[in-house]
Amino acid sequence: MDADPLVDPLADPLAVELIGIHKRFPGVVANAGTELKVKRGSIHAVLGENGAGKSTLMNVLAGVYRPEAGEVRVLGARRVFASPSAALAAGVGMVHQEFRLVPTFTVAENVVLGAATRVLHMGTVEKQVADLAQRFSLDVDPQRQVWQLSMGERQRVEILKALWRAAEILILDEPTAVLTPQEADELGSIIRQMANDGRSVIFISHKLHEVKQYCDEATVLRGGKTVASSLKVEDLTSPQLAELMVGDATHTIRRPEPTQACATLLMVENLHALNNRKLPALRDVSLSVHEGEIVGIAGVAGNGQRELADVIAGLRNALSGSVRLFDRDITNASARQRFRAGLSYIPEDRVGVGLAVQLSITDNAILRSYRQHRRGPLIATDRAKAFCAEIVSAFKVRAGSLDQRIAELSGGNLQRLLVGRELTAEPSVIVASQPTRGLDVQGVTAIQELLIDARNRGLGVLLISEDLDELLAISDRILVMHGGRIAAQYVGVDANRSAIGLAMAGEPA
Amino acid sequence: MIVGLAFPETALIGLLFAAIQFGAMIYLASLGELIAERAGVLNLGVEGMMAMGAVGGFVFAIETGSPWLGLLAASIVGALVAMIHGLFAVVLGANQVVSGLALTIFGVGLANFWGTDYEGLRPDVQFVDVDLGPLSDIAWIGRIFFQQSPLAYLALALGCVAWFGLNRTRGGLALRAAGESAATADTAGHSVVGLRLFAVAIGGALAALGGAYLSLSISPGWTVGVVAGRGWIAVALVIFGAWKVRRVALGAFLFGLAMALPSRTESFDLPWHPILWSMLPYLLTIAVMIAGALILRNRPADAPAALGVPFRREER
Repeated sequence: MDADPLVDPLADPLAVELIGIHKRFPGVVANAGTELKVKRGSIHAVLGENGAGKSTLMNVLAGVYRPEAGEVRVLGARRVFASPSAALAAGVGMVHQEFRLVPTFTVAENVVLGAATRVLHMGTVEKQVADLAQRFSLDVDPQRQVWQLSMGERQRVEILKALWRAAEILILDEPTAVLTPQEADELGSIIRQMANDGRSVIFISHKLHEVKQYCDEATVLRGGKTVASSLKVEDLTSPQLAELMVGDATHTIRRPEPTQACATLLMVENLHALNNRKLPALRDVSLSVHEGEIVGIAGVAGNGQRELADVIAGLRNALSGSVRLFDRDITNASARQRFRAGLSYIPEDRVGVGLAVQLSITDNAILRSYRQHRRGPLIATDRAKAFCAEIVSAFKVRAGSLDQRIAELSGGNLQRLLVGRELTAEPSVIVASQPTRGLDVQGVTAIQELLIDARNRGLGVLLISEDLDELLAISDRILVMHGGRIAAQYVGVDANRSAIGLAMAGEPA
Repeated sequence: MIVGLAFPETALIGLLFAAIQFGAMIYLASLGELIAERAGVLNLGVEGMMAMGAVGGFVFAIETGSPWLGLLAASIVGALVAMIHGLFAVVLGANQVVSGLALTIFGVGLANFWGTDYEGLRPDVQFVDVDLGPLSDIAWIGRIFFQQSPLAYLALALGCVAWFGLNRTRGGLALRAAGESAATADTAGHSVVGLRLFAVAIGGALAALGGAYLSLSISPGWTVGVVAGRGWIAVALVIFGAWKVRRVALGAFLFGLAMALPSRTESFDLPWHPILWSMLPYLLTIAVMIAGALILRNRPADAPAALGVPFRREER
């Protein structure tokens, strides 16, 4: 380590200081002179939209990336981290969005993986891990294997890992994305306890209410630059934070009054299905989607939402029960038959299920309807291109040329293309699974507006989302899935965060 | 022979003795493959590494006059040859199946070339079966368990070391993490490439010990094709044993039995030509593969999750 011996680490009130960080990736400047100052013993929010450079900056601090320019100071000493473990050794631990855990290992094995005695006495190790967990009120059994744990528990294991390595600074990258609101509150009190213990927590988020609720100070990033640093959170209102984050007043979506027509379009009755591990994923699910209605499906990831979408779209077999579209039984129909009957699907897995990443924009645009763009047995390229051009202009897909491989498109443009393709078929029902996940604010707004437009034209929309704010903003009804069942239903004004949160956790009020 | 009357006692003892002998030989190779696979590297070059071990062990034993030095040399040769796979599959991230197959072809070919001058030599250096005094004199058990080649006991000891190493040490934890979730091992501060290279080298050394067992103990000498596809059996055994050290040992004995039986069919008065019986271990291998595939279809695999997946630290 190249710690400066002249600096007394205890004299510095700052836990972390990042000065003028520059980090560039091919085609993208992620950080352009970003600054961050984190006080000791505080919870500091790093706020910004997708693509603002939050994750990159944190990966620089955690030793994953090396910056092209800039200075990293930790606990008063200048550092250059060659690897994540070097950062850990200096006291910086990071909990990544995608957990770095070995599913077949026990909690204790995962915790000590990076720092264990040469010979392991598992009994002793488990005891030590249990003690550490207790000290920070992290409720988790060291003997259980990680694959058996809920997302909230896995996150606690990740935090334990950092504490085990004596991390003074803990970075949490969008930690609440996989949690129920109640689990998020628990996390909030855990990190508060850590801050009271003298540790510093960096909390990355783009959710304003969390920042308001859990954090002391906030630094706002936009386009790789720091636009506001170390603001006292209590002095700020959410709209002020939002304005800093987005650059202008947030665009709110105005939903029109509910439509009165109520013919049932999609009818799911008593559906049972298995997941990929052959375990029951759907248990007796019944729901209906009417004309001009957006039905939201809320739930923590892995409670059957994906399987529900797959069964309705024809990608997974139902064990029993039925799916009906306009009174027509499509339970056993093929994906193509469903599509022709008026069902469109925006899958969660955009590249993989929705789009073919190595094919051109045109090829992807006609994937569903290529039979209409043919001349004899061949594809009529001119007609296919014309069709594709329509989608591209109508849905504002930003692309260089129609022959470009979609691998070169950004996430938002990919989703516009996919949604455009599915809507152009003039379906009567759209099943949209996590349609806005990972998009920036403008992309999110665009997709949500398209769904609302579709609803206003009389389509039925089944919107599966893990983003409760999104569901609350645009759904007419919200169904909550838990353990493969519809656990609760909320209509319009009845819907509120805490009630839905309880239902997501399996404890409906 | 009076059919069905005399119980072929000596033949049965001989069969069980040979089952342990062949079992220990194949266990060495399987153990090596198991370690490599637990670290996430599929190495289909076992056959080639065994051939190199067989010829290397024999050549060095003759030249130095000591079977132990021959054994040591075999393990070094095995580890070195395995590093070819390490270079391509681990360091450069090439397709592990292709690289492993190439290693088999290369290893068998090089072994045959190297052994040309030694083919058919009557060796005067080889391992002699141990004599443990009173233990070895016990009826049945003495001959079966206590008059084996020293290599059989070495295989057993290495099995214990491997089990302890994998399950009870920091290094073993890291090695298994590299095979289950390489990115996790990497963020925890372990060198995935280093761990995998180490596992592949150990795997090569152990495979070569299996080969040397053949050329220095079971059928002393070098002939082209002495390994005779047993490297593939070793690979199948790892699947049969569900990547567990102890279960592979059990499987090794079973396959040892299947390998020992064909040359003894007449003493047991079994029908069909011995040539048909000699297909047994290979049929068993195919059966294991098919059964394994059928079982894996319906439940989460025992296989290390990152098996066969090259690791590259993600840089966006």
